[in-house]
Amino acid sequence: MTEQPLKISIRGLKKSFGAKEVLSGVDLDLEEGKSLVIIGGSGTGKSVLLKCVLGLITPDNGEIAIDGVNILKLSPFERARKTRQIGMLFQGAALFDSLKVWENVAFRLIYGEGKAHGPSRNAAMDRLAQVGLPPEVGDLSPNELSGGMQKRVALARAIAADPDMLFFDEPTTGLDPITADVINRLIVDRVKAVGATAISITHDMVSARKIADEIAMIHQGRIVWRGPASEIGASGNPYVDQFVNGRAEGPIKMSLKNT
Amino acid sequence: MNPVAYTGRAALSILAEIGAISIFALRGAFAWVSGPFYTREFITAAQRIGFNSLPVVGLTAIFTGAALALNIYDGSARFNAETFLPQILAVSIVRELGPGFAALMVAGRSSSGMAAELGAMRVSDQIDAMSTLAVDPFKYLISPRILATTIMLPFIVLVADIIGILGGWLVAVYALDFEGATYIRNIDAFLTTEDVTSGLVKAGVFGFLISVMGCYYGYKSRGGAQGVGGATRSAVVASAVAILASNYIMTSLFVDF
Ligand SMILES: Nc1ncnc2c1ncn2[C@@H]1O[C@H](COP(=O)(O)OP(=O)(O)O)[C@@H](O)[C@H]1O
Ligand SMILES: [Mg+2]
Repeated sequence: MTEQPLKISIRGLKKSFGAKEVLSGVDLDLEEGKSLVIIGGSGTGKSVLLKCVLGLITPDNGEIAIDGVNILKLSPFERARKTRQIGMLFQGAALFDSLKVWENVAFRLIYGEGKAHGPSRNAAMDRLAQVGLPPEVGDLSPNELSGGMQKRVALARAIAADPDMLFFDEPTTGLDPITADVINRLIVDRVKAVGATAISITHDMVSARKIADEIAMIHQGRIVWRGPASEIGASGNPYVDQFVNGRAEGPIKMSLKNT
Repeated sequence: MNPVAYTGRAALSILAEIGAISIFALRGAFAWVSGPFYTREFITAAQRIGFNSLPVVGLTAIFTGAALALNIYDGSARFNAETFLPQILAVSIVRELGPGFAALMVAGRSSSGMAAELGAMRVSDQIDAMSTLAVDPFKYLISPRILATTIMLPFIVLVADIIGILGGWLVAVYALDFEGATYIRNIDAFLTTEDVTSGLVKAGVFGFLISVMGCYYGYKSRGGAQGVGGATRSAVVASAVAILASNYIMTSLFVDF
C-alpha cells in the first residue's frame, strides 16, 4: 500500500482550563481520505480536541498541521482560511433557531460566500434531499424537528460547501438505535460522496465500527490506543477492552465528580 | 483574606473586565468595515429596539414629565418663580431625564434581551457553528446590534422628550391652570438647539454602551441556562452603571461654567 499524505497531524497538543488539564499531549495523524473515530469517556476532552483543530479554542502548547502547515503559527486570517475547509457537525446540532431549516443549510453560501438567495435555496434543498429530507422540511423552523431530523439538517449544513474534512461530534448520541443507524449510514455515504477526510467522536461502539477505518481511544488527555477498526475487539489494551465492553471495573476509574 | 489584598484584587479584576469590554467594543463597532455588512441583521435589530422600546419608553416619559411638573411647581413656588415651570421642565427633560430614563428602560429590555439571545447561542454552540460556516460572528451578530442600538436610541429619546414635555403640559394645563399655548410658546422661545442635541448625543453614547454590554455578556457566557441567566443580569447592571457614569462625564463636558 502506498503512503497517503497526512491531512491532519497533531503533536503534543496541550490545553488546560484554569487548573484543570484537559489535553495533556495529544499526538494524532490522519491520512487523506481516511475516516477516524475517537472514542473515550465523557469529559475526556474529545470536543475540545476538535475545537482546537477548528481554531475555536487556542491550545496552550503543541502543533496542529493541516496539509503539512502548522495552523497555530498562521495569522488569524490565514488560519481561518485553512480551517474553513472543515465541515463540522456539533454535538447538539447547533442549528440557528432564528432561521428556517433551508437558511441553516444555505447559511455559508449566503452569508459566508455572498451567493444569491435563489440558487442557494435550491442548493440547500438538494442537500436536504441527500440526507433524506423532503423540501417541505426546508421551510420549517429547527425547533419543529425531532432530534434525528436536526442531526440530518446539521449534516446537510456541514457538507453544503463540499469541505475536504468533516468532523462529527457524537452524531448519534441521544438518538434511538434505528435513527442512529440511519445517521451512521448517511455519514458513511456523504463522507464517501464528498471524498472527505473524517474524524468522528462517539461512545457508541456500534457507530464506531460502522463509520471507522481506524479507531483511537483518548483517556486522561492522551491517545492511549490507535488501530484499525477491525482490531478493536482484540486490541489487547485494557483501556479499550474496558470501554468496548462497557465495564465499570478496569483501569479507567470514573470519578463521580468529573463526569 | 486580608481586606487590603481583597480590595486590591477586586479592583484589578474590574480593571481587567473594563479592558476586555473595551477591546470587545472596538472589535464589534468596526468589524463590519472590512465587509460584508449584514443589512438584514441590522434592520431586524433596529426594528426590534425601536418597536419594542417605544411603548415602555413613552409610558415612562409621560409619567416622568407629569411628576416633574408637580415638583417644579411646588419647589419654584417657594420663591415665586412658578411661571418658569415650562422652561425648567423642558430643559430637565431634553438634557437629562429623557435620555436617562429612555436609556435605562432600553437597558432593561434590549441589553438583557441581547445577552439572553447571544448567551443561548453560545451555550448551544451556535456561535462556534457560525465560525465554521465561514461567517464572522462579530460581523453577523455583534456589529449590527451595536450600530442599530447606537443609531436608534437618539430617535427613541426624541420621542421620549416630546412625550415627557406633553406629560408636563397635561399636568400644568389641567391641574395647575397654565394656559396651553403660552406654555408651548415659552418652551419654544427658551430651548436652544444645544439643549436638544446634547441630549441626543448622550442617547447615542448610551445606545452604544447598552448594546456593548448586552453583546459582551451574552457572547462570553458559559455553563448552560444558569450561565445565560447570569449574563443577562450582568448586562443590565453593567449597562445601568455605564449609563449613569457616562452621563455625569458628558454632562460635565456639555455644561460650560
Ligand atoms: N470553554 C471551556 N471553558 C472551560 N472548560 C471547558 C471548556 N470547554 C470544555 N471544558 C471542560 O473540558 C473538559 C472536556 O470537555 P469536552 O471536550 O467537552 O469533553 P468530551 O470528551 O465529553 O467531549 C470538561 O471537563 C469541560 O468542562
Ligand atoms: Mg463532547
